[in-house]
Parts: sequence; C-alpha cells; structure tokens
Amino acid sequence: MLYFSKLRILFITLFSVLFILIASSNLFKFDDNFFDKKINLGLDLQGGSYLLLEIDNEPVIEQKLQNLTTIIRNYFKEKNIKINNIKIENQNIFFNVIENDKQSILDVFQDENSDINPYYPRFKSHQLEIEDTGLNLKVNFSRQGLIKLKTSSQDQAIEIVRRRVDEVGTNEPNILKRGNNRILVELPGLDDPMRIKSLLGKTANLTFRFVTNDENDRFGVEKLKFENGLEEATVSKRIIISGENLLDAQPKMDTQANQTIVSFTLDRVGAKRFGKATSTGIGKQLAIVLDGKIISAPVVRDTIASGSGQISGGFTFQTATDLALLLRSGALPAPLEIIEERTVGPDLGQDSINAGMIALAIGFILVIIFMFVKYKIFGLITNVTLIVNLFILLGVLTLFEATLTLPGIAGIILTVGMAVDANVLIFERIKEELKDETNNILAFDGGYTKSRTAILDANITTLLAAIILFFMGSGPVKGFAVTLGVGIFTTLFSVYFIARLFTSIYVSRNKDKEKLI
Amino acid sequence: MIAFNKYYNHFNLLSSILIVISLLLLIFKGLNFGIDFQGGTLIELRASDSKINVSSLRDRFNQMDLGDVSVKKFGNDTDFLVKFENKDNKKNIIEEIKVNLDKSFGNNYDFRRVENVGPKVSAELLKSGVIAISLSLALMLIYIWIRFEWQFSLGAILALFHDVIVTLGVFSLFSLEINLSIIAAVLTIVGYSMNDTVVIFDRVRENLRKYSDIKIFELTNISINETLSRTIITSATTLLALLAIYLFGGEILKGFSLAMILGVVFGTYSSIYIANTVLVRLRVSQKTVLREDEKK
Repeated sequence: MLYFSKLRILFITLFSVLFILIASSNLFKFDDNFFDKKINLGLDLQGGSYLLLEIDNEPVIEQKLQNLTTIIRNYFKEKNIKINNIKIENQNIFFNVIENDKQSILDVFQDENSDINPYYPRFKSHQLEIEDTGLNLKVNFSRQGLIKLKTSSQDQAIEIVRRRVDEVGTNEPNILKRGNNRILVELPGLDDPMRIKSLLGKTANLTFRFVTNDENDRFGVEKLKFENGLEEATVSKRIIISGENLLDAQPKMDTQANQTIVSFTLDRVGAKRFGKATSTGIGKQLAIVLDGKIISAPVVRDTIASGSGQISGGFTFQTATDLALLLRSGALPAPLEIIEERTVGPDLGQDSINAGMIALAIGFILVIIFMFVKYKIFGLITNVTLIVNLFILLGVLTLFEATLTLPGIAGIILTVGMAVDANVLIFERIKEELKDETNNILAFDGGYTKSRTAILDANITTLLAAIILFFMGSGPVKGFAVTLGVGIFTTLFSVYFIARLFTSIYVSRNKDKEKLI
Repeated sequence: MIAFNKYYNHFNLLSSILIVISLLLLIFKGLNFGIDFQGGTLIELRASDSKINVSSLRDRFNQMDLGDVSVKKFGNDTDFLVKFENKDNKKNIIEEIKVNLDKSFGNNYDFRRVENVGPKVSAELLKSGVIAISLSLALMLIYIWIRFEWQFSLGAILALFHDVIVTLGVFSLFSLEINLSIIAAVLTIVGYSMNDTVVIFDRVRENLRKYSDIKIFELTNISINETLSRTIITSATTLLALLAIYLFGGEILKGFSLAMILGVVFGTYSSIYIANTVLVRLRVSQKTVLREDEKK
C-alpha cells in the first residue's frame, strides 16, 4: 500500500496535469483541437428555449383511412366482389358484404403477400387488421401499422421543423426525436420563442381552390372562413395547386398597390395546372386557403402561364416574411402542439452561473477550512486532493463536452462535500490502527485495507442513485446526475492515487513519529 | 464513549411519532406539487418600477381570467414568481399576458423565465418521478440484501423509508413545492442515507466477528462510537457544502438544497437510531454473521 513505483507516480502526475489542462481550457483559448473543448452550458445557464412538440396524428390517420376506403372499393370492384356501405367511424373502416364473398375478402386481407395489406413479409405483422363481425367487416390499423404511420409522420415533421428553425436562423438549435410522436427543440440563446412557436404551430397546408356557388360540385364543397374570421365563402374541394407545387416564396413590396405581398414560383406541374385553371376560370374567384382559412380570394383576370404569382392579404412585412418562410419550408404532415415549454432569459442564466460559482467557492472554502482545522497535515492532504479532484471532474466533463446545468453545479458542490468521506474513513481507520500498532507504516497499510469495503459501499450506493437519475431525469436534473456520477469516479481516483501518494510520502518520512495523525 | 444506546427506545418512539405525523400530513394535507407535476404555467418576472408589487401584479393577473393565480416574491423585492393552472392550455397565453401587462406597467418589467407544462407531460413526469424513487429504493434493497444478512437489510431499509417519509412530511407541513429537482434531492438522500448506514453496519459486523461476549445492545453502541468521528465529519462537510448552495446558490436551488439538508440530518440520525435499533430488536448475535459466513 505504501510503495509507489516511479512509473506510477509519473502516471498519476501526468494524468492529473492533463485533466487540469483540459479543465482550464474552459478559461483560456487553446489553438489545439484537443484542448479547445468546452463544457456546454445547459439552457438554464446560458438562456434559451426548450420546446417539446407532440404530433397530432389523428388527421393523418383519418386521411390515410380515407385513401384506404377508395383503394378497398376499387380493388374489390375489379375482382367483382361486392362491398356496400363503406364508411369510416372512430378510426375504423366498416363495410357490408354478402355471405358468399366474405371468406375471399378475409383471405385477401390475411394473405401474407396481400396486395392491399402490406408489411407482412418484412414485419411479420400486417398493416391492417380485419375483424369479422357477421356480415359487417371492420378494418383498422394494426399496432405495427400505427407505429409505421407515426414514425413516418415524425420523420417528415422533424425535417420540416428543422427547415423552419434554420430559416429563422437561431444559433446551434438542437432538434431531436422523442418517442414516436414527439419532437424536442432546444434553442440556445433565444429568450423570446414567440416567433418560432407561432411558426411551428402552423401546419402550413396551402391550397388554391375555386370559390363556387354550385352546391353539387363534383368534388364536393365546404364553407371556409376568411383569415379575419368575419366573412365566409363556399369553396370547391378540388385542389388546383397545393404547397407541394411551390418552388420558392418570397415577401415583396407591391409598389403599385402599396402593400406587402408574397410572390411565389411554381414547379413545372404546378405551372401547367395553374395556367390551365386560370385560362378556363377567368372571372372566377380563386381562393388561397392556408390551414383551412382563406387568406384571400382574388378574381382571375388573366391566364397566368409564367408559373409565378403572388398572394396578397393585408400582410405586414413580418407576416408576409413568415408566410413565405412557411411556404418555402413546406407543410407539416400533421399539426404540432407545444406540450412543454421552458424558457430562460440570458440574464437569469448569467445570474444562475454567478450564484452557482459563488456557492461553489464558499462551499469549497468552508470544507477546506473545516478539514484543515480538524485534521491538520492530513487535512491539508485532503484539501490538495479535493482541489485536484475538482479539476479532474471539470476536466472529464470538458473532455466529454458534457452539459453543465444549475443542478449540475449543485452536484459538483455536493461532490466536494461528500468527497472527503473516503479520506476521512481511511484516516479514522489509521488512527484506530495506531492505538494497537506502534509501527506507523503497518498502521497506514491497515487503515487503507480495512476501510476499503466501507468506501466501496458508500460510493456504489450514491452511484446507483445517480444512474437512476440519469435515465429517469430530464434536462437540468440529468446534469445533476452526470456531475454526481462522474464525481464518484474522480473522487475514488483522487483518494486512492493522489491522496495515498501524499500520505505515503508523509508517513514514510515520519516513520518514527509518535503522533502521526 | 457516548451512550447512544441509552436513548434507543426514546428515539424509536420519537421516530414512530414523526413517521405517523408525516404519513397523516401526506394523506390529508398532501404535497404542494409544482407545475412540473401538476401542469400549468410559471413566469419569473423582474420589475424595474416600484409600482409593480405583489398586489398590483395579482390584480392584473386576476383580471385575465387564468383561473387560480398565485403571485409571490422571489428572492428579492424586484423579482416575482407567478403561477397559474392554464387549464384550457391556451396557445398564445404568454403573448396575451405581455400585451395585458404592457398596458398597466409599460416596459418596466421583464420575463426572466417562462415554463409551461401541459397536463400530459406533467402526468408523465410525476409517473417517472415515482418510478425513479421506487426503483432506487428497490435497487438499494437488492444491494444491501446481497451485502448483508437480512436483519441488516431490514434495518437499513427502515432507516431509508424513515428519511424519505419524514423529509416529504416536512415538505407537506410547510407546503414547500415539490418539483423535478426535489426528486433529484430525494434520490440523493436515499444514496446518502444508505451510505451512512452501511458504514456503521460494516463496523457492527466486523465487531460481531471479533467479540463473542458482547451483547448487540453494547456492540452497536461501540460501533457507533468508533465511526462517530467519520459520521460527524462527513455530515458536517456535506452540510457545509449544502448550506453554501442554500444561502448563495440562488432561488432556484433553494428547495433542492433544503430537501438535501433535511435528508442529511435525518439520514445521519436514522443510521444511528433506527438502523441499529432494528439489529438490537432482532437480537442479532455473532451466530447471525457466522452462519452467513459458513454459507459463503
């Protein structure tokens, strides 16, 4: 226990110096890539916004079922199998069949290589489930079908969210999937997330459709409100062009009418359709519908074949800019709801850093004074170890570019308080050994050996708590778990290598001293 | 040597009373859950105008039809904490509030922190908090069960439950807010309390092997005294660190550090007066550990 080889001393010194250097890279600028790492500050310390979005998949499911009814109807029509009264209720498709056809319909759905019910070969589970309820059959999404649907709408949504956030130009946003229907957006440095919230809150589903008075329109009609909420118009369900046909959209100033507009460019397909519709529809009103509300419904005066046009609707420059941005980034597959928001202003973040640092400094000084008064020379050893331990802890956090949060700083302070435990256990044990043992070196050895299980127990129990916190906790609390957990390892290292090195030097120099501790 | 064992019965009675009171408080008064676990909106506001105070803010917010609004000073005279349920989960609520406040206070205030937790998320956070605490208790149980004989495990676990229940009881009594960081504190308390107990138990077991003629009643007292110096120093340094956080770490960490301080105090007390008395009451003797040693 007492003996340290030269190599070992070298290793301990190098290791400590390395981590002290890495830790200090937070304060100084290093040109080197390796040393230029920094501890990330959590949103609670640097200020910023944390938004948790949930995708509302109901409309997507509804839409998919709608498409499915058409597919089912056409499929069986082709096969000359009669199905009647097909309808959607509570996310189920119901239809009536006649007894003779029933088995063949069930077979189609349950066939492993079914034409209309895929997934079986890949997932060993169909997309759709069919339930036999007499002459009325019920079809709905299987578990696997729903999972696929959710993950695919999540994939699309995260892409659109990323584009919108990027367009606003915040620095280093963090956009992550959570579960299969949530998206986490972290926006460092943003203290007023209002604009991003309103941008993410819009589906941005854009369609151009004719206003009609014909209630018996072939495609069906619906009554829609204008954006101002006052007027209403009856609009055909036939979509001339939609947001997908847009190549670009930009806010512009229309100097003639002296108003802000959004000008857009269409892709080839869109341009063709728009040209055709505007040539046949001269004199008619073309409604521009965004998320179920009419922005404006200008009268078509000319054929527009150029594939570009403009939307007016009493915009301010800001609203025009946002609309253009939404149109450029595309429509979300489903509406998003912000189910959790946490925003911290930058000055509160700075205040928290200051408070945390002051608490750390004071806590540290109190512990150091206490240890010195109580233990003298061994207290000094403990204190040196504590300082090195603190640097190694910061060094490890820096090396892994861990995120430091306010509770994380509390975790560091707590580590300082608890780190003395192992040293105290050892020193107290040495003291006890010295009662019956006159040989200082043997007492020292005994102290280390006999205290080992207690130290191990103590640290394992704290580590268990930290691990659970890490996996169950979120955001700031996770930061606490990280510093507490890493702190345990650095503490053990500094106690068993650094403190022991110092103690062994002291003890071997004072082999014959009467009162060692 | 201090005769801790003289007061085993007294403190057992005291702890029983404390636990019963805490449980009654938890059942009938309940805990003051913050928005993390109950859902709702929190705004930390800093004012630069003396016209803005708790009552003027309360007036303003009450006019906005937000349901139950609580307005409190937060740390110093210029900082306020506003909380409300946001029952309908209105989307642009923050913007609306700003517009409304601008009318009365102009630009003389600033939102320093805004938190909005929907009902779904708060229910999930509560669930995962309960799971985390139960899981940590279960893991500690397994750990101690592997490390020690069952009598010791029972003692340690009773001490652990005592600490958690009484700490929560104090939070209930003073209506202190339970939020995510309190869960972190409780988990750390669980770790700390276990640690403290294990150090003493380790010594008890060692002494059991060493002395066959000393009764457990005496033996626990010897062990407590032998480890007392360590117990005092470790809890003192931990409390010093926590006190620094409580006094200087800012308002946000106040609840967390308070819970930890309570936990460390109860944890230290329970290692001595609950964990050990269980060993005495179960008449643990040298045979208990020797039997176990033979098995291994």
